[in-house]
Amino acid sequence: MANQIPVVDYLSLDGAPHLEAQECENCGALYFGRRNACAKCFKPGPFKVRRLADTGTIRGFSIIQRAVPGLTAPYVSALVDLDGGGSVKGNIINTEPSPENIKLGMPVRLATYSLGTDDDGTEAVAFGFQPA
Amino acid sequence: MSDDVFIIGLAQHKFGRFPEKDSLDMASEIAMAALADAGMTMADIDVMGCGSLLEAGSGQRILHQIGATGIPVYNVTNACATGANAVRVAYMEIKAGISQVGLAVGFEKMGKSGLLGLAAKVAGADKKVWAPAGRTGSVMPTEGVLGSGMMPAVFAEIAMEYANNNDGVGFEQFAKVAEKSHAHSVLNPYSQYRKAFSLEEVMNAEVIAWPNTLPMCGPTGDGAAAVVIVSGEKLKTLPDDVRKRAVKISASVMTSDPWTAGGQAGPDVNTCTRMAADKAYEMAGVDPQDLDLVELHDCFATAELVHYDNLRLCEPGMAGKFIDERGPWRDGKIPVNVSGGLVSKGHPLGCTGVANLVEVGMHLRGEAGDRQIPDAKVGLTHVIGLGSTCAIHILEKVS
Repeated sequence: MANQIPVVDYLSLDGAPHLEAQECENCGALYFGRRNACAKCFKPGPFKVRRLADTGTIRGFSIIQRAVPGLTAPYVSALVDLDGGGSVKGNIINTEPSPENIKLGMPVRLATYSLGTDDDGTEAVAFGFQPA
Repeated sequence: MSDDVFIIGLAQHKFGRFPEKDSLDMASEIAMAALADAGMTMADIDVMGCGSLLEAGSGQRILHQIGATGIPVYNVTNACATGANAVRVAYMEIKAGISQVGLAVGFEKMGKSGLLGLAAKVAGADKKVWAPAGRTGSVMPTEGVLGSGMMPAVFAEIAMEYANNNDGVGFEQFAKVAEKSHAHSVLNPYSQYRKAFSLEEVMNAEVIAWPNTLPMCGPTGDGAAAVVIVSGEKLKTLPDDVRKRAVKISASVMTSDPWTAGGQAGPDVNTCTRMAADKAYEMAGVDPQDLDLVELHDCFATAELVHYDNLRLCEPGMAGKFIDERGPWRDGKIPVNVSGGLVSKGHPLGCTGVANLVEVGMHLRGEAGDRQIPDAKVGLTHVIGLGSTCAIHILEKVS
């Protein structure tokens, strides 16, 4: 699939899809997105790209029933702590969005899905997490 | 550096929706009411702090209505902590010895705004070519794609994180917080909504962002609040009846969110609150157990519960037990949000952080009417502005 683009640059589609963080080489703090310096140790860097684990656990979540116009509800928004470090926000997908089904501490695994193609035929790819 | 700082005038507008008034009408009316309460006019004021998020830069417009004397005006915004910041800039000028008398005004005209958060950032249906933009190279707005940034969801997640880390906390405990606050609101004539809900009604209401049901969400609305504050030196020169009603600001503390690992995924409102609380208790020489009442930032009932713990109102990890045992009810261990809280009273953003000082001040003066906490001597106010900011003030009755 040559014509794919990740929804955000911390999702890498190089090989098996995975998340990448900017890691401060001085203190190990992890970030998503471009950095100017480290907010934890105050050093200007350098930062290196660190591949994050595909698995983690749900630290907190909400089941959105009343979404903003244009979005389909219900869906699950969650804070996921990845195994080995890194904390990320994403949807819990491929499972029923109900309080009976989504549990705190539940193990999850990274999953990707298509957000459709643009007018040039490029497919945007999003990530979420599904029960492991 | 100046000595202590005191509130000598305070006023708040009823919260609600007032289409017949504009924001200047509301803010001017309340600023003048606070001045009258202090026995002062604009001629006495050395400095003004003005907080409004949606109409930033309005301080001078208010002065053009009520008295333009050439004083410095600090127009501040800091999300939902905006009002507390307006108080704090005036407080700092007095503390620094630059000014003797300050006026702080917070207001917001929101009407019925619907869901707050990132509503404007949903992907459109225009011709599209995915192009990475911004610091995370996103090719489209990510609301609803990579989780939700809408306020009901964000504060639901914060509360569920607390439930993940502590036993005895769940949907029922969050609902009990709303049951308590709505019961309190019935006694407060300033509250936008004054309707009691049973626990079952809260739990069975429409889910907005689980575990937040509709009565667990703060309504938008219009509001205005103001305080007049003075140095201790100035207070000595004022008439007896002003001095008798003065309320001491024993602590004014503000923090921003420090780096935390979890804070990279969603806002961390806990660490900055804990830092501010510890500093405020130390500054005031007050123990949490000394507090007669607390007005804390319950933009959602879920948010209130985590701050029982962050503000040390309960034993560590025991916020669920605290609400189960009715600790924050007005006849409980430490009454919390006896105004009805933001979930009943409403949350006009820039107004909120001034209004909670007015509310606590009224109790300390013994002027809170039906909702008066008997013999209140010490109170705490707390606001959170996402981004994040925490501001805490501890107020004490004088004499």
